[in-house]
Amino acid sequence: MTAIIEASGLTKRFGKVAAVDDVSFALEDGAIHGLLGRNGAGKTTLMQLLTGQDFATRGTARVFGESPVENAGVLSRICFIKESQAYPDNFKGKHVLKTAPWFFPRWDQDFADTLVEDFGAPLDRPMKKLSRGQRSAIGVIVGLASRAELTFFDEPYAGLDAVARRRFYDHLLADYAEHPRTIVLSTHLIDEAANLLQRVLVIDEGRLVIDADADDLRASATTLAGKATDVEAFAVGREVLDRSRLGGLASITVTGLNEQDRLAAASAGLEASAVSLQELIVRRTGGAEAGEGKVV
Amino acid sequence: MDDGRPLFQQIATRLEAQILDGTMPAEAQVPSINELAEFHRINPATALKGVNILVDRGLLIKRRGIGMFVASGAREKLLEQRRGEFQSMHLAPVALHAKALGLTAIEVQRMLAKEMDR
Repeated sequence: MTAIIEASGLTKRFGKVAAVDDVSFALEDGAIHGLLGRNGAGKTTLMQLLTGQDFATRGTARVFGESPVENAGVLSRICFIKESQAYPDNFKGKHVLKTAPWFFPRWDQDFADTLVEDFGAPLDRPMKKLSRGQRSAIGVIVGLASRAELTFFDEPYAGLDAVARRRFYDHLLADYAEHPRTIVLSTHLIDEAANLLQRVLVIDEGRLVIDADADDLRASATTLAGKATDVEAFAVGREVLDRSRLGGLASITVTGLNEQDRLAAASAGLEASAVSLQELIVRRTGGAEAGEGKVV
Repeated sequence: MDDGRPLFQQIATRLEAQILDGTMPAEAQVPSINELAEFHRINPATALKGVNILVDRGLLIKRRGIGMFVASGAREKLLEQRRGEFQSMHLAPVALHAKALGLTAIEVQRMLAKEMDR
């Protein structure tokens, strides 16, 4: 596997604010990556830098090994679906779908038609008259049917209901399986998307705070509950991220349990449960209740 | 699907369960990575990792260009391993509960015999 995106010291300042602050990472080819973080964390700015829509203040971005800025060779291989895409006045859904193949050499019209039907996307009404969800649906259709080698989805489903989002995930997985490519999915609905992701980047206040394999991240913490004395006995010598107690019962969140630890916990009568990716990330990105909790 | 373990391990456990209960007998073809990924709504790389656990242990066999199959003797191998884990995984928690309820070993034995006669 080779790196399809390489960022090195990438920084974007708006006046005194660093929207993207000294970010370095490499994403490998042929995988679904998650770009996660709170609203305003810098996800969109980062993607704009990676797609050549904005100039970095400092640092470099390389996509397909080259700078994306004003680089038609690179940009023709990229599709960027934005949360708030602007369209020309009176542009209708059908115009969007008609012009899309001009920009995306690997566009699949049959797939687009299937998706239009599946999402019930209205093609005959002006884009600006559509609801947010309907506009999102058209964005999602373009993003999927583009089959671009590198596709960015930036909060692609604003206004889409749970059923439509589920459809998006299912289509994404099925089509990705048949036509492997690189997907970068930016979202704040972390738990919904968590299982689709292979690698997770988390941005907080412009800085990259987590860059990890999703499986490793998931496995990095477990919550154990049971009788307080048993729980405390088990906790000895372990890194405890979180601890709560109710009468004689206690629950702790500990890092990295191996299979043997799990067996030991089970035979001590402790109940194990998953710590979701979302919970882990909330701790790490300064959720008010988590405070300065250290994770991983 | 979530018991706190990494997803790929949960996938492996599910496949093992299907081998154990005979849903996937020896020589049967196993769903492809992509089918598993779509069914469980997980990343195909995660599904592959889960499957590879079974491949590494000789429970599944990859035949290039054809697919993946349950190895002959896979069920027996798993049974042996599971029997080894039975005490620590299942009996230890039962013993704990029984103690908490004030049941004696004899009483538990009787209940167990009754359950197993069903």
